[in-house]
Amino acid sequence: MSTSSSIAPPIAMLAELTHRCPLSCPYCSNPLELQAKDSELGTDAWADVFGQAADLGVLQLHLSGGEPAARPDLVDLTRAAAQAGLYTNLITSAIGLTPRRLDALEAAGLDHIQLSLQGVTAAMADHIGGYRGGYDRKMSIAAEIKARGIPLTLNAVMHRQNLDDLPRTIDMAVELGARRLEIACVQFHGWATLNRGALLPTREQTDATKQIVAKAQTRLRGVLAIDFVPPDYYSDYPKACMGGWGSAGLNILPDGTVLPCHAAESLKHLSFDKVTDRPLREIWYDSAAFNAYRGVDWLPDPCQSCARRDVDFGGCRCQALAIAGDAGATDPVCRKAPGRDRVDALLQAALEAGDSADLVYRVSAPTGTRPA
Amino acid sequence: MSLTFAPDDRPVLLRGVRVQDDRVRGGQVLLAPEKAVRLDPIGEAILQRVDGSATFGQIIDDLAAAYDAPADQIAGDVQTFLQGLRARVFLGVA
Repeated sequence: MSTSSSIAPPIAMLAELTHRCPLSCPYCSNPLELQAKDSELGTDAWADVFGQAADLGVLQLHLSGGEPAARPDLVDLTRAAAQAGLYTNLITSAIGLTPRRLDALEAAGLDHIQLSLQGVTAAMADHIGGYRGGYDRKMSIAAEIKARGIPLTLNAVMHRQNLDDLPRTIDMAVELGARRLEIACVQFHGWATLNRGALLPTREQTDATKQIVAKAQTRLRGVLAIDFVPPDYYSDYPKACMGGWGSAGLNILPDGTVLPCHAAESLKHLSFDKVTDRPLREIWYDSAAFNAYRGVDWLPDPCQSCARRDVDFGGCRCQALAIAGDAGATDPVCRKAPGRDRVDALLQAALEAGDSADLVYRVSAPTGTRPA
Repeated sequence: MSLTFAPDDRPVLLRGVRVQDDRVRGGQVLLAPEKAVRLDPIGEAILQRVDGSATFGQIIDDLAAAYDAPADQIAGDVQTFLQGLRARVFLGVA
């Protein structure tokens, strides 16, 4: 059993300000059950959460969504976060941003923008985002960001359909003046699990990607920092999801529900508190959900006796539940896990479906409207 | 690109990178895009002197005087530390 004294404060908080989004990417990290506009926290409630987070030890705040620019009060929220002393990062597709709004965000104290990239051509990007004209609007805002000198990370979400464009993606990050490029291969949670066939890269693509990334990291040292998230089905060991459950980060849904990771709502046996019902500090330190998989004492074998126990903490709880059927099991991606054969079967099925699989797009909350 | 600092180079933290007191954990932390790096007292002492106007050579001399240590040894440590930040695109030359 963990106690407050042995639990470290969180470093980063992801605030899903809204689940509304003009895009409908088939790998969206939002939950399958999207929240509607009328359930979203208001400006003052969010500002209060930001203050609580800073008091708790959060240093980095990610203003995310959905599309955070869909919130009319985005500038006010940014100002409140900056005034709380948080490092403010806007995670956006750029749809909903304008030159004027960028000026206002800068004035409000925005530190950094993470711009998503669905593809390096309008045809690919708009196909993946399900939003015609989105790519051109994104590129026009990217130029405005560069002109202002706002620190920029490009977040390229990569998968079977666009991974062959990786070299061009890297060049584009440099051209757009990004200092950091996140090459994030799709992880299969939520919406993406509906699209394994269409999105899982081939093994050849994955191997080539690792080589291209390694070369670019050396070539662009001091110009572009590159973070790489590989497709974990091809890995021997699981990802250290969130750096360990309840260890470094937390995620807040539009209605104020506090989660240990963005997909944790899929763990139906846990009940998650709302920040409108309970102080954030109590939720972090004392709630049953945050303590459920904290630390390593709860880990089963083969994790408990594994040299990597304190490296990956048994991997991802959501993946363990979704694939191995038990949230307390070893992440089945691990080659030592009893459930590894299930990952191999999914991988094989995805590769066989491959190019013939249609994209299943994210659809909006029942009260929202779907983009044409 | 070469990450090495020449004596006349003026290192500077790039926009979006700052040193901030960590009022919960104590000490100071370097905040950069989607990264937080805890500073040890040596890192704090170096970055206190990185303001975009002091040259690399002046920073070394100042640290050597403050800590009563040989300048060539300090130069090596500071070069390594600042190059690490430059490689991550946290720091440049003014």
